[in-house]
Amino acid sequence: MSSLRGWAKRFFCGILKGENGMRFKRKDILGLQELSAEEIKLILDTAAPMKEILKREIKKLPTLRGRSVVTLFYEPSTRTRNSFELAAKYMGADTVNVTVATSSVQKGENLKDTAKTIQMMGIDVIVIRHSAAGAPHMLARMVEARVINAGDGAHEHPTQALLDMFTIREKKGDFKGLQVAILGDITHSRVARSNIWGLTKMGAEVRVVGPATLMPPYISELGVKVFYRCEEALEGVDVINVLRIQRERQRKGLFPSIREYSRLFGLNEARLRYAKPDVLVLHPGPVNRGVEISPQVQDGPHSAINEQVTNGVAVRMALLYLLLSGGESGEITS
Amino acid sequence: MKLLLKGGFVVDPVRESIEKQDLLVEGGKITGLAPKISIEDAEVFNVTGCYVCPGFIDLHCHLREPGEEHKETIATGTRAAAKGGFTAVVCMGNTNPPADNRAVIEFIKKRAAETGVVPVYPVGCATKGRKGEEISEIGDLAEAGAVALSDDGSSVMNSEVYRRVLEYSKMFDLFVISHCEDSNLSADGVINEGLVSTILGLKGIPCAAEEVHVARDIILVELTGARLHIAHVSSGGSIRYIKEAKERGLRVTAEVTPHHLCLTEELVKDFDTNAKVNPPLRTREDVEALRQALKEGVIDVIATDHAPHSREEKEVEFDYAPFGISGLETAVPLLWDKLVHPGVLTPVELVQKLALNPARILGLPERVLAVGKEAAITVIAPDLQKTVDVSSFVSLGKNSPLDGWTLRGWPVLTVVAGKPVMVDSDYFAGQERR
Repeated sequence: MSSLRGWAKRFFCGILKGENGMRFKRKDILGLQELSAEEIKLILDTAAPMKEILKREIKKLPTLRGRSVVTLFYEPSTRTRNSFELAAKYMGADTVNVTVATSSVQKGENLKDTAKTIQMMGIDVIVIRHSAAGAPHMLARMVEARVINAGDGAHEHPTQALLDMFTIREKKGDFKGLQVAILGDITHSRVARSNIWGLTKMGAEVRVVGPATLMPPYISELGVKVFYRCEEALEGVDVINVLRIQRERQRKGLFPSIREYSRLFGLNEARLRYAKPDVLVLHPGPVNRGVEISPQVQDGPHSAINEQVTNGVAVRMALLYLLLSGGESGEITS
Repeated sequence: MKLLLKGGFVVDPVRESIEKQDLLVEGGKITGLAPKISIEDAEVFNVTGCYVCPGFIDLHCHLREPGEEHKETIATGTRAAAKGGFTAVVCMGNTNPPADNRAVIEFIKKRAAETGVVPVYPVGCATKGRKGEEISEIGDLAEAGAVALSDDGSSVMNSEVYRRVLEYSKMFDLFVISHCEDSNLSADGVINEGLVSTILGLKGIPCAAEEVHVARDIILVELTGARLHIAHVSSGGSIRYIKEAKERGLRVTAEVTPHHLCLTEELVKDFDTNAKVNPPLRTREDVEALRQALKEGVIDVIATDHAPHSREEKEVEFDYAPFGISGLETAVPLLWDKLVHPGVLTPVELVQKLALNPARILGLPERVLAVGKEAAITVIAPDLQKTVDVSSFVSLGKNSPLDGWTLRGWPVLTVVAGKPVMVDSDYFAGQERR
């Protein structure tokens, strides 16, 4: 074990001393709005060697041994929760899962009391997903533990955006001048918002496209171009990030039918031809097959949807590492 | 009991003048008003440098009794009013049970007489159960002492029902207070629809939800000839409809809250549930338009829409928190600091909006300080600077986004029926030492 620890020490010192020797000083990861380009770069740089670890036969590191991570999910999710749990376990941390049925939120224990309980259990990191925007921010104000936002309402989903960006950088090298289209329900998408903050900070040019009824007001003030026609929006783009369409929005009258949505905004091979020949296709999952994206595109050569899952674990390992060790010293403490 | 207020600037909102005069109160009435009054056996207040104003009336507040006494009671709410410089309040009927019947109005009046420190004028519900379906027993409500009709807290969406409310109210010379919100346009909304709602991913309430309703209600006033008062105007876009209605001679008046005059949606950026209010805080442009409308007289009244809630109710996720700001104790200092000191409103204009016009709308005697008048008085120290501390509120509702704000211009003495119901003893002790 000690040799592994020694290895990890050398390994991570290299990362942290990095190019500019920057250290991560935040208590929480609540959104990409408040992160600087340097911080984003540090996270992505840290995630690269984490991905290497995921390829090893024995993935367990001692780095976060003795640390505890709780995933507190007020919304159903398997992918994000498992991703965090595995990331924490690969880093040697202990994990606890708390799933709160949304239906019982009103009558059950409130977030404030839950926060106090978790605080008293001596948890180091709380990963929270909540249907109400701002819930992680409220939690972060109430606990000493570090808080990672795993998606709050339609506000932010920073780890998803970071894994999207990690995937983009891996395939495209750099963000400068890159044309990225985000396609779908922008209004209700935390993935869209976090991607917009992150990508524009890193120098990419972002377009958003979707039905006018799913486009939030003043979105262009965030520095993005707004389109309502798919073909125009996809013209010459390097990356297309396809959002999941919730059937519930149709029931609320925001678009007439799944059929018409798919006909006007579904990403298919014909539409893909408007983009650059080497276009990269992303989707945060889970996919409504054949609705927002055709099976041919989803399973086709441009798609990195499966790889995003692996990258998600790597990015989350990097965040846990930076939050728990990055602020204190440039070295791994054991 | 005799009170002598010495050396203050007495504000006359009718003659639009301010004169340095001493004011004597005796037996509940004003008995003397002269440049210099000397009398042996009176309790003397040195109000040098202060504005001595006819008592302020809050045309819109929520006292929560009966039914929600954990948020506020008539006892605590009227004390908060007195502390904030208000000598009377109009309370809305969205209690539990709602004030849609004689018994609740009588209960409120009885509790006010027993436990209140300022007069309370109750508003009866426009429709049964505030459901917007059937008109309430308005004749009964009028007889019991309701001063107006409103389903405030929600709107009457059915135009036919509202038409009948307006028509029927005319028989009793009651005015109707409109909470203007198209509940389909505002459904699930929690803040203003705009850049901030887009960034935070919160469901917005567009200005149009208010404007559609303002326009409809004015059209119904035209149809019925009823008297309508539009509550808490928040959107700059509503103003043109109100202005036009007034120009055409319709009996329409309007109010705006201190928070809509002084705060913007920016306050919600950190998900502060104490800034969650309905209608929502809007943009800088709306604030400017509302101030202009107030100055021009398109908006007649400033009313607090004091909406107290318990800490437990507000210390939850933003989406789940109830709407409302506890406003009685900060209204005057906020207005003085943000509107009077910068010269947006003169002291006379502020007194018109807080005393003269509310009294006229309620059909009360003209609100001026003159010999023979009932002694309802608000005294403001324009240069007194204090920091808002919600834990010192007498209101049970500590839900104010102004906690920690330092404001200049505070009420120091409130007199109701000739008796001081609030005295800032620290202030007057300081005056003596000087």
